[in-house]
Amino acid sequence: MNAADTAFVLISAALVMLMTPGLALFYGGMVRSKNVLGTILQNFIMLGLVGVLWAIYGYSMAFGPDVAGVIGNLDWLGLAGVGGEPFKAYSETIPHQTFMIYQAMFAIITPALITGAWAERMKFSTFLVFMALWSTIVYNPVAHWVWGDGGWLKTLGALDFAGGTVVHINAGIAALAAVLVMGPRKGYAGYGNGVEAFIPHNLPMTVLGAGLLWFGWFGFNAGSALAAGTLASSAFTATHLGACAATLSWVGAEWVHRGKPTTLGAASGAVAGLVAITPAAGYVGPMSAIIIGLVAGVVCYLAVLVKPKLGYDDSLDVVGVHCVGGIVGALLTGLFATKLVNAAGGDGLFFGNPGQLGIQAIAVGVTLIYSFVVSYILFKILDATMGLRVTAEEEVAGLDISEHQETGYSI
Amino acid sequence: MKKVEAIIQPFKLEPVKEALHALSVQGMTVTEVKGFGVQKGIREVYRGMEYQVDFLPKVKIEVVAPDEKVKAIVDAIVAKARTGRIGDGKIFVYPVAEVIRIRTGETGETAV
Repeated sequence: MNAADTAFVLISAALVMLMTPGLALFYGGMVRSKNVLGTILQNFIMLGLVGVLWAIYGYSMAFGPDVAGVIGNLDWLGLAGVGGEPFKAYSETIPHQTFMIYQAMFAIITPALITGAWAERMKFSTFLVFMALWSTIVYNPVAHWVWGDGGWLKTLGALDFAGGTVVHINAGIAALAAVLVMGPRKGYAGYGNGVEAFIPHNLPMTVLGAGLLWFGWFGFNAGSALAAGTLASSAFTATHLGACAATLSWVGAEWVHRGKPTTLGAASGAVAGLVAITPAAGYVGPMSAIIIGLVAGVVCYLAVLVKPKLGYDDSLDVVGVHCVGGIVGALLTGLFATKLVNAAGGDGLFFGNPGQLGIQAIAVGVTLIYSFVVSYILFKILDATMGLRVTAEEEVAGLDISEHQETGYSI
Repeated sequence: MKKVEAIIQPFKLEPVKEALHALSVQGMTVTEVKGFGVQKGIREVYRGMEYQVDFLPKVKIEVVAPDEKVKAIVDAIVAKARTGRIGDGKIFVYPVAEVIRIRTGETGETAV
């Protein structure tokens, strides 16, 4: 046991917790004012819903004693045996409970990321059911594969420092499944004769959210070292530089392409860079982090641009930023990872180990397929039973008043 | 009595207000409004998606004054709010049937 490590991971857990309300503001600013509370609540309520599920069975499923590499068993149901003693397979220097509560924050924010995709049209009751199911049968197993003791992707040697596959690809591809089943918002311009302008109602709120995300991400990535030391410092530095570089490259790309640098572009670029550096943070050096960020900013901007051409309405670009950013990060980790940064990690293609890129691609592919297929089926079932969308009338009135009977702004 | 209603560029509110102060108008009401005229809307771009925004932000000023002051007020607004480009706005002048000061019940020009 080590007091500094415990303090560091507890603080990191608090930082990651703050990312969920940060995400709520990031998304809330991008919707129209009639949907601001509905959007914010879909994020904030995850703290409640997944927070409780995680303690009851989620942690045991994701991190509990391994069953065939695919899932944890239920020995730790209700956090039985998850106490002050370290669980050595995860960390020898912090209480098992500290590790559990740190991981709880990841389990909370991951499904919250998906909410941007169906923003402005999803029915709240169905949303809650979907989230409980998705968290149970998608997040928990995938977290087990990649991070759980005995998980099959971990055993294979896939490098995912803080959740490029588990968090971002997982949520991003579920977002795509969601919008394919659900269809676009009423009047969406990407579909035929769309006439409405879907203009963000409060970009300063979005920038505040991006700032909180960036701040919290230090807990997300540096905290994933699970110890206060050189690895945490290195991951912290890589995280920051990845975000810095992507902020520049997204704004640069849109400036060249559309003629103006935008605030939304800067906020989006920062998040794209943070997403891409997430799997790499503990395995790459600072200059590699800058390159990863630069690539992510441009690639994610392009991914967002092709959305209207592909015809789906991913309201707040969860696919373009999180899925594509996560893929970029996971694959580039296979190029730039080096044991010079983290002896317990691995070497990538540029450091003499071409096989790593293949392992990264397997982890990406498996996550994409599993999450997409299961999410798609879940959505189809819920569409047929509970209905995914609010009525057309409620959608026009806005989620705030129709689903929650309140408004974000009054005179 | 007349009501002068002017829709102007938001950044011209300050000079117009100063000019009306100099004419010792008795009061004014200012509202942030949106609309379009000859200028039409503008294009806005969010994450590469371009939208036509039909209504532009303007400021509406309302001043009620005795008939003999109306020309000076209109001239002052025109002088201060003009940039010479489209989008400078418009001024409307209406007759006012009655004015009542709520606090005292006074009516007519003394209530303005």
